[in-house]
Amino acid sequence: MSLRFGLVGVVAIATAWMSPAQCDTIKVGIIGTMSGPYALFGQNFKYGIDAWVAEHGSKVGGHQIEFVYRDEESPNPAKSKSLAQELIVKEKVQYIAGLYFTPDALAVAPLLEEAKVPMVVMNAATSAIVEKSPYIVRTSFTMWQNTVPAAKVAKARAAKKVAIAVSDYGPGIDAEAAFKKTFEADGGTIVQSIRMPLNTTDFGPIMQRIKDSGADMIFTFLPAGPPTLGFVKAYIDNGLKASGVKLLSTGDVVTEPDLPNIGDSGEGILSTYHYAVSHDSPENKTFLADMIKVGAKPDDITMASVAAYDGARLIYKMVEATNGQKDPDKALAAVKGMKWVSPRGPVSIDPDTRHIRQNVYLREVVKQDGKFLNKELQTFDAQPDWGLAKN
Amino acid sequence: MAWTGLSIGLDALSYGMVLFIISIGLSIMMGLMRVVNLAHGAFAMIGGYLASFALKNAGVGYPLAIVLAVLGTIAIAFPLEFLLYRRIYRKSDELTQILLTIGIAFVIIGVANYILGPTTKSIPLPPLLSGPVDLGFRMIPAHRIFVMICGVCTAGLLWLLIDRTEFGIRLRAAVDNGDMAESLGIKTQILFSATFALAVGLAAFGGVVGAELLPVEPFYALRYMVTFLVVVSVGGAGSIPGAVAASILLGLADTTGKYLAPEYGEFFFYLAVILVVFLFPNGLLGRRH
Repeated sequence: MSLRFGLVGVVAIATAWMSPAQCDTIKVGIIGTMSGPYALFGQNFKYGIDAWVAEHGSKVGGHQIEFVYRDEESPNPAKSKSLAQELIVKEKVQYIAGLYFTPDALAVAPLLEEAKVPMVVMNAATSAIVEKSPYIVRTSFTMWQNTVPAAKVAKARAAKKVAIAVSDYGPGIDAEAAFKKTFEADGGTIVQSIRMPLNTTDFGPIMQRIKDSGADMIFTFLPAGPPTLGFVKAYIDNGLKASGVKLLSTGDVVTEPDLPNIGDSGEGILSTYHYAVSHDSPENKTFLADMIKVGAKPDDITMASVAAYDGARLIYKMVEATNGQKDPDKALAAVKGMKWVSPRGPVSIDPDTRHIRQNVYLREVVKQDGKFLNKELQTFDAQPDWGLAKN
Repeated sequence: MAWTGLSIGLDALSYGMVLFIISIGLSIMMGLMRVVNLAHGAFAMIGGYLASFALKNAGVGYPLAIVLAVLGTIAIAFPLEFLLYRRIYRKSDELTQILLTIGIAFVIIGVANYILGPTTKSIPLPPLLSGPVDLGFRMIPAHRIFVMICGVCTAGLLWLLIDRTEFGIRLRAAVDNGDMAESLGIKTQILFSATFALAVGLAAFGGVVGAELLPVEPFYALRYMVTFLVVVSVGGAGSIPGAVAASILLGLADTTGKYLAPEYGEFFFYLAVILVVFLFPNGLLGRRH
């Protein structure tokens, strides 16, 4: 047996050695949170990509596409950078994609120009990332993009005094700044601005503080994960909901997998976001069916899978445009201004910022046929990244 | 102002009681059996998972779910006790203990993540305990009142058990001089196994009732490990009143900090720890070993 495998190996190596032209596999390195507390989102990257491949095959113009996964685990820039280096040098990837956390994406950015590798960011949501290299394009969202509509909603719903509570890190501070700027420009007042440490789990004291401030609405952002549930429960159980204080958030706080855990008392929570699993469109139906086909559980599907699905679309487009050759400028040129209908709605890549322009929806948590979902109430068309566009 | 103070005090007390219920088992293990059990949080997490499963999938009531979670966790921990922990009671050096118990914690985290997935598992509360209760000057989650009652009962019953019963007398004898106790006919091995079961059961109990404040997910075991260890070292290993005092003190430091200056994070919590350990190297009520 081992002799036979040995021979096969020798032949394989010899073939690879002698005829590089025929060995046409284009590798794409995916850096995502495959394990650890945020593993749900790394898995969503994989399912989203698998769903795309299931629909469109694993070949583009005769080039075989292979996705190579690496585990980013947690916000760990040093590790992400070395993973990217390994992917570029050892795996010889032509594209890098994924990146759940902002610090990790920022750590990889400086490598791209030298290695001539385009990067498709599938989550990390701080505005400035796309400015760090001309080879970065993003298919997810930014805090500004989702928060500016939230502030408009607050105004439209006649909120006078808003308390802001955000996680104390890059995207949280972006959300705070975006809300504050937009809401104050519309004549609203911010009565409290609380930055909560990322590892907070006991939100009781924070709720008490908000209540004492006399706010009539809370705007919040926490990264999707264990603490969001605690925040929403503390809001309800400390009597803020009962006394009429409204809760408005970005969709990260009410991701679909968390809704059953929040339970009945979560009904009526408002959020603004670029994707709801319940989005009613033929594209989304196809997408969800393919997600199930590749093994995703219906209750585990989040926004990260849509960003990955659309990210895979961009990678296929770039491979097609360059005919499998390493030409990042040509690849980027091919996707700038690209327009398509994503499962989340009509989107396009802004040619100036290389960030995705998309609809942002106002949603409300409702119970339908015994299942909780984010029901879309209102659409804000084709939102740019307000943090970059000087609007 | 007075109402604000009282309000912070209530939040502090309930958070402190959760810390107490989970940490007291660890304190007993460290104080009586000299085992630094870094897998303690993992057992609390198992309790939480079992309760969540019992409530959501098996459809049993909340009180029964707590009992099942405690017994189930003890049952899961028993083979570990028989095969591993039994070897490190009272004699082995710290490094062996730490490597062994952190290894167990990692295994439990890995298994939980593999089988149950990385998402938070909720423990649905019965209608009686969910929602707010109006105290006049503020609303408080009904669950927090329940947690405070649980904490006080646990402290009282443990004190009775260790100070006032035959079991407690034998246990303390075995702790103070194991060889002498053995020669007097006390079966120390059984005593220690029973104490281990007690510690693990308390962890599971705390994991279930504290799940609203410390949500159950696979990394629970590591996320709160330092917090539990800090409670034990501030209170003094093995001391029940010490653990109560430490839990309330640390709960107060943490809650007040969060209310007055949330952006400082856990600064006030650790400031309190540093001050106490500086003034009382053996913990508030600990004994010198």
